[in-house]
Amino acid sequence: MANLTLVQAINLALIQEMERDDRVIILGEDVGPNGGVFRVTEGLHKRFGDKRVVDSPLAESGIIGTSIGLAMGGLRPIPEIQFEGFLGPAYDQICTHAARMRTRTRGGLTVPMTLRVPVGGGIHAPELHSDSPEAIYSHNPGLKVVMPSSPYDAKGLLISAIRDPDPVIFFEPKRIYRAFREEVPEDEYTVPIGKARVVREGSEVTMISWGASVIHCMNAIEASGRDIELIDLRTINPLDYETVMTSVCKTGRAIIVHEAPLTCGIGAELSARIMESCFLQLEAPVQRVAGFDVIMPYYKLELDYLPDTERIGKAINEIVAY
Amino acid sequence: MPVSKVYETSIDRLSILEPDGTFDESLGKGVIPDGDAVKLYEHIMLCRKFDEIAFKLQRSGRMGTYPENRGQEATSLGAAYALESKDWLVTCYRENAGLFWRGLPMEKILLHWMGDERGNQIDSELRVTPLAIPIGTQMLHAVGLAWAYKYQDSSSVSCTFFGDGATSEGDFHEAMNFAANLDIPTLFFCQNNGWAISVPTSIQCSADVLAQRAVAYGMKTIQVDGNDIFAVVKAVRDAAAYMRETSKPAFIEATTYRLGDHTTADDARRYRDAEEVEEWQGRDPVIRLRKYLEQRDLWNQSKQDEMEARAEKTVAEVVKNAEGIEPPVTEDMFDSMYASIPENLKTQRRTLRTSSLGQDPSQLPVRDTART
Repeated sequence: MANLTLVQAINLALIQEMERDDRVIILGEDVGPNGGVFRVTEGLHKRFGDKRVVDSPLAESGIIGTSIGLAMGGLRPIPEIQFEGFLGPAYDQICTHAARMRTRTRGGLTVPMTLRVPVGGGIHAPELHSDSPEAIYSHNPGLKVVMPSSPYDAKGLLISAIRDPDPVIFFEPKRIYRAFREEVPEDEYTVPIGKARVVREGSEVTMISWGASVIHCMNAIEASGRDIELIDLRTINPLDYETVMTSVCKTGRAIIVHEAPLTCGIGAELSARIMESCFLQLEAPVQRVAGFDVIMPYYKLELDYLPDTERIGKAINEIVAY
Repeated sequence: MPVSKVYETSIDRLSILEPDGTFDESLGKGVIPDGDAVKLYEHIMLCRKFDEIAFKLQRSGRMGTYPENRGQEATSLGAAYALESKDWLVTCYRENAGLFWRGLPMEKILLHWMGDERGNQIDSELRVTPLAIPIGTQMLHAVGLAWAYKYQDSSSVSCTFFGDGATSEGDFHEAMNFAANLDIPTLFFCQNNGWAISVPTSIQCSADVLAQRAVAYGMKTIQVDGNDIFAVVKAVRDAAAYMRETSKPAFIEATTYRLGDHTTADDARRYRDAEEVEEWQGRDPVIRLRKYLEQRDLWNQSKQDEMEARAEKTVAEVVKNAEGIEPPVTEDMFDSMYASIPENLKTQRRTLRTSSLGQDPSQLPVRDTART
């Protein structure tokens, strides 16, 4: 066991998978000697060399397009896109090719690629460094979308993603890259993709979140003094409806918390599913605490945009009082 | 000296077999042995027959939109002939001749245009990727594939085909830049047929020749007469040898022309002059290849008649096979989405006929309760 930050846990997972499987290579902007802008790939270039840790030209579509070819050619590429705001140019390759290759060739060609992307706000970053586009990529069939909220899950989920036979987008919440440490086993282990985690059991309300917001949910729950069950989705697609529905049917109340804008967010899909599966058990309408339907503001206003302990606390009060 | 030249270049154009059948012995000797020249000619004629029948299938409502290949066959065929079976062909959608030469069953192309994904279900040993419908995006895959093989110490290279219009796409430039800077042996094979649907090459590129694009990436390049299969074969063979030796990419601009419409949904008369089409009909790759064979006593009218009858029979068989395949079942659309189907998708698959939601009614407490 080691006491690691999320960044260190990801770094450790990358080292272990690269040692285990020489088909695994890393490519992206500044991932080489510089170790990535967040230092996630720190030390890897020195350890594995030019051939396996590749500083690519500055071109997001190129990074993903060549990764698709690398994957079809038998490797396990791990491309990094520096910030989620720069995924735009790669969207075409991700959705037009990576997501579709298996089904359009009926299994003839596949794309086992793990796309790592720092995600979300809260670090006073410049414009286009703070968005939460997980719903966009979850709406697109053929991709798996993962977002850990803790160092332990980050390591186990990343190992699962690298070994997965299909393309996985691994979103790394940058706000908690170094926010806290956690005991992380040094040995390899996996956290399955598609399985949510019950962070805390409770009977009054079910709160569902993922990524950096999980911490705020926990703080809000503790401040409320209520007996609230907290679920961390960990995987956004495919979503673990069973864990969510079992909990909501038990508590009768659900609050969904996410950084992404409200409209057409994952919260919308979740609340529709809850309505379908738990209609008669519901004691109150499903409540969503999300980003507003505005362009992510520059950092002077970012904390006003992001769901925080106070807003989540209001949702708890409202749903219990309903 | 305050002003000096920092860079100068020139680009060669290669042509061996002229439209009138004149053959440059010094350049063309040994490029294609006689026996192979006959086979290549027969192959193009077979592809012509395939094209003709595919067009009729579309017109009679037995197949969806189809892009005719007529006129451009020598480009992909020459490349497929010159490359080795270990090399990847990463095509666009007008390269039937090269794909069939590599061994892709002809039924596959019909199935694709008949709206059936099984047309893309290709034996990976063939090392060809499925037709790429968006323009230019496949070039990056070719770079990734060649990179993967280089990484695994294989001498395989990749060859990607695209048109003049694709050279305007960002992915074209990213692919060229990746391959050049990372030393990836990908052959960029541009089939410049003068038109991107209705838009002429002059709107895609204001340089004098498209091959100049390669110069900007420090890439070895040549322009060839794309309707001259000898020139195409020689250029591709030279490029492949250079790529295997240096692990660097290369670029070929092949000038050609599609004699038909862009697809069966297009009417090229709206934007092309009849004189231009007529002029290119005279430069058709099969006319000159037949002249070449006849001059050497390798071909005559009776062989032509016999071959045409054989082609007709082969294509009829291909159509029969494509149309005779069991139709896909609804569940097929779920089965290859992922290596293993996620639970949620399994439910949609299982209940697609029994529930409007695509969900299992027995799992919905609301319905359970309503029933009891």
